[in-house]
Amino acid sequence: MNDNLKKWLPWIAVAVVAVIVIVIIAVSGGDDDTASATTTTAATGDTTTTVVEDTTTTTEATVDPTPGPLGAVVVQPGEEIQIRSLQAITGDVAFLGVPNLRGTELAIADFGDIKGFSVNLGTPLDDLCSAEGGQAAAQTIVADEQVVGTIGTSCSGAATGAIPLISESGGVLISPSNTSPALTSDLAGTAGDNYAPGYYRTAHNDLYQGAAVAKFVSEELGLTKVAAVHDGDPYTQGLAQAFSDAFEALGGEVVVFTAVNKGDTDMTGVLTEVAAAGPEAMFFPIFMPEGGFIVQQVGDIAGLEDVVLIGADGLLVDNFMELSESEGMYFSGPNLDYGNNASQIGTTAADFLAAYDTAYGEAPSAAFWAHSYDATVLLLSAIDQVAVVQSDGSLFIDRQALRDALTATSGFGGIIGTLGCDDFGDCGAQRISIVLHEDSTDVEAGKNNIVFEFSAF
Amino acid sequence: MTTSADIATPEARGFRFSWTDSFLWAIRVMAIFVIVWGFVGAIALGIEGEGLTADAWKQLIVSGIAQGSMYGLIALGYSMVYGVLGFINFAHGEVFMVGAIVGYFTADALFTVGLWESNFFIAILIVILASMLSSTFTAVVIEKVAYRPLRNAPRLIPLITSIGISFFLQNAVLLLIGPAVRSYPSAPDWLREQRDIFGFQVSGTTIAVVLIAAVSMVALWLFVERSVTGRAMRAVAEDKEIAALMGINVDRVIVMTFAVGGAMAGVAAILWGLLFRGVSYITGFLPGIKAFTAAVLGGIGNIVGAFFGGILLGLFEGIGPNVVLRGLAWQIPTALGITLLVVGGATVFAGRAVRRNGVVVLGAAVFLLGVAGILNWTVVIPGLSQLKDVVAFTALVLVLIFKPAGLFGEQLGAEDRA
Repeated sequence: MNDNLKKWLPWIAVAVVAVIVIVIIAVSGGDDDTASATTTTAATGDTTTTVVEDTTTTTEATVDPTPGPLGAVVVQPGEEIQIRSLQAITGDVAFLGVPNLRGTELAIADFGDIKGFSVNLGTPLDDLCSAEGGQAAAQTIVADEQVVGTIGTSCSGAATGAIPLISESGGVLISPSNTSPALTSDLAGTAGDNYAPGYYRTAHNDLYQGAAVAKFVSEELGLTKVAAVHDGDPYTQGLAQAFSDAFEALGGEVVVFTAVNKGDTDMTGVLTEVAAAGPEAMFFPIFMPEGGFIVQQVGDIAGLEDVVLIGADGLLVDNFMELSESEGMYFSGPNLDYGNNASQIGTTAADFLAAYDTAYGEAPSAAFWAHSYDATVLLLSAIDQVAVVQSDGSLFIDRQALRDALTATSGFGGIIGTLGCDDFGDCGAQRISIVLHEDSTDVEAGKNNIVFEFSAF
Repeated sequence: MTTSADIATPEARGFRFSWTDSFLWAIRVMAIFVIVWGFVGAIALGIEGEGLTADAWKQLIVSGIAQGSMYGLIALGYSMVYGVLGFINFAHGEVFMVGAIVGYFTADALFTVGLWESNFFIAILIVILASMLSSTFTAVVIEKVAYRPLRNAPRLIPLITSIGISFFLQNAVLLLIGPAVRSYPSAPDWLREQRDIFGFQVSGTTIAVVLIAAVSMVALWLFVERSVTGRAMRAVAEDKEIAALMGINVDRVIVMTFAVGGAMAGVAAILWGLLFRGVSYITGFLPGIKAFTAAVLGGIGNIVGAFFGGILLGLFEGIGPNVVLRGLAWQIPTALGITLLVVGGATVFAGRAVRRNGVVVLGAAVFLLGVAGILNWTVVIPGLSQLKDVVAFTALVLVLIFKPAGLFGEQLGAEDRA
């Protein structure tokens, strides 16, 4: 044992030193950026005195634009416009974050230079699909004052950690796949608990999804008594609640609103509770494996043999739809039938998928790649719109002007449909579809078998 | 209940409790109050036709026993290792998970070649064997690599190591097969059919699960109580040094303990696969925690206790939320409330007079029930099923308050607590 240790000790020492060196380089690399930066940032709470640090800019400032209340980013000639990607690119949710990141990469390549300046995505950051992960990555982002905007996060939970820091620093964060109403608004003019200026998203707001399912169950299926089951996660709980509220507004009755625990396997308890209330349909917008346990056990519960089962996009995945018990279920989710929708820069879904296959040798593993592409094009277009080339050849990007430009988005072409932002950052096309899954051996057919379409606009 | 009265200090006997004492007594009063109200309420609601139907109750009981028998099988591993080595092997849940994953691949292969459907008995036998072998192998390797070098270290050290091993195994499996949930092929229709047993409608799969669990349990008990190796195990559990002096190969016995615990986890893993079907790298975590709880509930170190602790925990989870929490929606009739108030109050004074704390507690609980009846209290809890873990663990705490060493446990000596 000890001999082994002695043999390996030098190598371990080398490895440790290497790690330290890498960390130092990474940190000082960041410092270099800020040193060369001619960034101006307004001190918090003091919006009138903005100090331009770089002397050359100060002398030119008489003819060039002055920074707004949030400061501005000045990109020197020969440098690049810095944006960042913040997605769940490792762990369980990497299937969602990786295509999001790639959507951004392809959009940057397609968009090209902005006023002669190329765009640099830097090292992709990981939101770890958690509030802590989002917060830690956001700290890295705000530490670099040259970063103009960020595409992310993958998970709503991660956004709650990232939004406060990015908003405070004057940056913008555009998410392709956050759907929680708490991040934007209740669609009736009240900001969500986690909303802060500078946050935008191209994903739908779950309130629309809830409304779509409610409308489908009430008007298409003609049912009046439903059950809603979530798993305690803010996403599933918010969606189940949105559905319940919308369903009651349509005159239906939510006979039981309950939850499973993440990690539960025996669903007899919750299903018995649901059966006792006698619903005609059950909406359970949860994930695998709990969703799988529910459909496998629901047949054994007296009173639930004929209940209509409806899942949401969390269960619209292959390993759930391959279960024979999932046949006959409905699923709600973003409408993925993009047809010939063209992005503002002309890209269609077919173009994108061909480019994706060429670049990465596979098809995207999750549904939000188009949302990510559109989010990136939206950000780059807004930068293009507000950026001003100064007399010394540098590019001046005012942070407040960038936010104003994003908020003013309307009629903007996207692969997912026409984008338009409301006052709380909801910019998505808000198109929801419901599919009927009929054959567990043909999952793709189930995903494309649209039986109901909902559009907020 | 009377132990602390027996050893009570003169102050306590005079009902001048310390804050801690008052707090503990208040918990007991509240526990009796809530449980009695919920239990009677659940029955009353059932009679009034508002609660669950009899069939629903039976279903909950059956699923509780099935779930519990798996907890029990896993709990055996915790209990045996604790009995022999005196520490908690938290990696045991992962031993179970490895068995479940290997079992899945075996079952899937057998399904592909058609044996699963043409000859289910042979297929399931092969799957159980594969799962037991892999679980046993994993448990033995863990012992050799992670615990044997720490044999003479303080007990906290292998405990922390076991948590590390647990993370290692989870992530190793994640790397090997990815995060997707994989589903066992479903059992053949003739097995899944609902059967009528003592008026309970039970699916054949559930019967098979409970039967296999019971048989494994009896086999293990016979092994430990009757075989030479089993006797050696008990000797090592009693005192390692003396056992070594008596010519017992302690290392070998310890390996056997891990192997047998692992084999039981392997059986549990296949029962899990038959009943719930979905398995992934994270499958072992919660059952591991629950099984550990079951082992504590039954009295850790006691194998019969571990099994019954498992079944009891499964039942708590299955029917607990519905028995106790659903019943709180029942309004105690006012007339009954007044009666209870008077009887409860009288009992409290009687209890004080005869200086029996237990009687005082009972009286106070009855008094509270009376108050609830007079004030027309009802509690409707939304999302009952979400609270099943809360109910189960509360039940555990209550059992331990009334019986600190667990149901079948012996009082721990000072040495064992280290």
